[in-house]
Amino acid sequence: MTPPSYILPLCVALPLGGAFVTALLGRKFPALAPLLATVVAAILLGISLLSVKLLLQHGVVVYTVGGWPPPVGISMVLDGLTAFMLVTINLVVFLVVIFCLDYVNQFTARWNFYVLFLMTLAGMNGVIVTGDLFNLFVFLEVAAVASYGLVAFGTEKHALEAAFKYAVMGSVGSLCILLGIAVLYASTSTLNMADMARVLAMSKPGALTTFVTVLFLMGFGMKAAVVPFHAWLPDAHSSAPAPISAMLSGVLIKALGVYALCRVIFNVLGASPRILGVLLFIGALSMVVGVFLAIGQWDLKRLLAFHSISQIGYVILGIGLGTPLGIMGGLFHLLNHSLFKSLLFLDSGVIEYATGTRDLKAMGGLRAKLPLTGATTLAASMSIAGIPPFNGFWSKLLIIVAAVQAERYGYAFWAVLASVLTLASFMKVMRYAFFGQLNSRWNSVTEAPFFMKLSLVAFAVLCVFGGLLLLPQAREAFLGLASEAITNGTEYVNMAVTQAR
Amino acid sequence: MIAYMLCLVLFCLGVYGALAKRNVIKIVLGLAIAECAVNLMFVLIAYRVHGSAPILPRVAEGGAPVMVDPLPHALVLTAIVIGLATTALMVALAMRIYQQYGTYDISEIRELKG
Repeated sequence: MTPPSYILPLCVALPLGGAFVTALLGRKFPALAPLLATVVAAILLGISLLSVKLLLQHGVVVYTVGGWPPPVGISMVLDGLTAFMLVTINLVVFLVVIFCLDYVNQFTARWNFYVLFLMTLAGMNGVIVTGDLFNLFVFLEVAAVASYGLVAFGTEKHALEAAFKYAVMGSVGSLCILLGIAVLYASTSTLNMADMARVLAMSKPGALTTFVTVLFLMGFGMKAAVVPFHAWLPDAHSSAPAPISAMLSGVLIKALGVYALCRVIFNVLGASPRILGVLLFIGALSMVVGVFLAIGQWDLKRLLAFHSISQIGYVILGIGLGTPLGIMGGLFHLLNHSLFKSLLFLDSGVIEYATGTRDLKAMGGLRAKLPLTGATTLAASMSIAGIPPFNGFWSKLLIIVAAVQAERYGYAFWAVLASVLTLASFMKVMRYAFFGQLNSRWNSVTEAPFFMKLSLVAFAVLCVFGGLLLLPQAREAFLGLASEAITNGTEYVNMAVTQAR
Repeated sequence: MIAYMLCLVLFCLGVYGALAKRNVIKIVLGLAIAECAVNLMFVLIAYRVHGSAPILPRVAEGGAPVMVDPLPHALVLTAIVIGLATTALMVALAMRIYQQYGTYDISEIRELKG
């Protein structure tokens, strides 16, 4: 029986089609846009869960676009890492769409919002499923350009400024990636990632490979907002509408940055100890710098955005360790971060929706008026700070244990330190926003509408029970296969090429 | 070789313009220059000395003639379209910024910091 590989192109085609239909009919039928977006997101969540089952049954699945066999044609590849990322992205996006149903009512031209939203989703899914390096660039740009538009969606002064900054930095990053692809094509004469890895493995690594690695590190680093390239993130993520911040911080920087970086460095170029050393260093740097910058912030969303930099540092650190346990920890933290950071941004959205402010000093005692928001924020804060039994604790524990096992005691120390500082800064958030005396300005504040609450509760439940993924069976099926895909490195080649024949 | 180097110099000039200039329009132009440099790089990679157009009516005696590589040309077309979208969006943003702030100077557009 041939595996039903046609579900892979659906991951891109459904949201793109949805965006097209919404753009066409959204103005005439205002109820269509949110309905269509929800249905598409729900189907995609189903498809991504199905892809895990498919992977367990058939191993690596390859879809050849137009029936052209690779390396000539474009292929879409489903391996452990792809399935893992698909589930992460589509789960978060589905819950964010539910949140949007109520939240977007405050904007005019709502259908435009959903068009851009679905385009971003199509771009992210495309980056994840494609097996072709140039295709990866195209989808990356689709997602990036749509997200520039989404950041500026409010068209307020600061949103425009942030979007421009984001667009400039993002474009420079994209150009670095494109230049890297050009050089890599010149030396390998192929664009299929698996075939590229095969050709590169046969030749000796030279100065050209180093040059390409640096270009990719810069480009994807810019997209992932690791520390030397992080300047755009706090502006862009804090100025966007709350559900968009949740999506950008939750999944976009991971799909475009971390996933693409891992795929190119581990599966195509092959990870040398030197590259791993660089990854470890920038990971630790972002982790510590991010948290130090976060702790002094008084704007709630800005504080959360700086924590995104810090937590991405954990992910990169775990993956940079290069040991199976470290990579598993890094990926698990990627999943967990997308859950709790999205939840935190949605909570900040509820606060802004109810009170109209993001300034921590102006809040106070909101727990009395927004009990559910307070409870879910508490859950997410505990997760991000790494308090057991929340999911963030388990992934941080894995990373720190892996660092100690690899005898990188210094990095383990920095990871613990950053975790303590994260706890401190979230104690500040809870203290100023939710506990203490109710600020009399907020006497008439009411809790969020139904769909927003539904989404918050779903995220909070996932945060509490996320640690269960470490149970042996779930671990083997999900995280294990994903980290195997990275540790196997250039083995990816054989699977992706031979499968298609 | 010198052509590749000049291409990289052009790229660096563009990126320098984007990152060091203070005028919003000049930043957009800098990015456009850098993008042209990358597109030029693709075309250079496709170039073969004495290459003909990549059309093969029938296989000639003694193997195929030297032809330019057609694939990068297709890639450049895609890259140009993407670049157009990015540039259009950034120019639109620049217009809205001018409406809101009344200036194109980024040192005066500083609502966000910290």
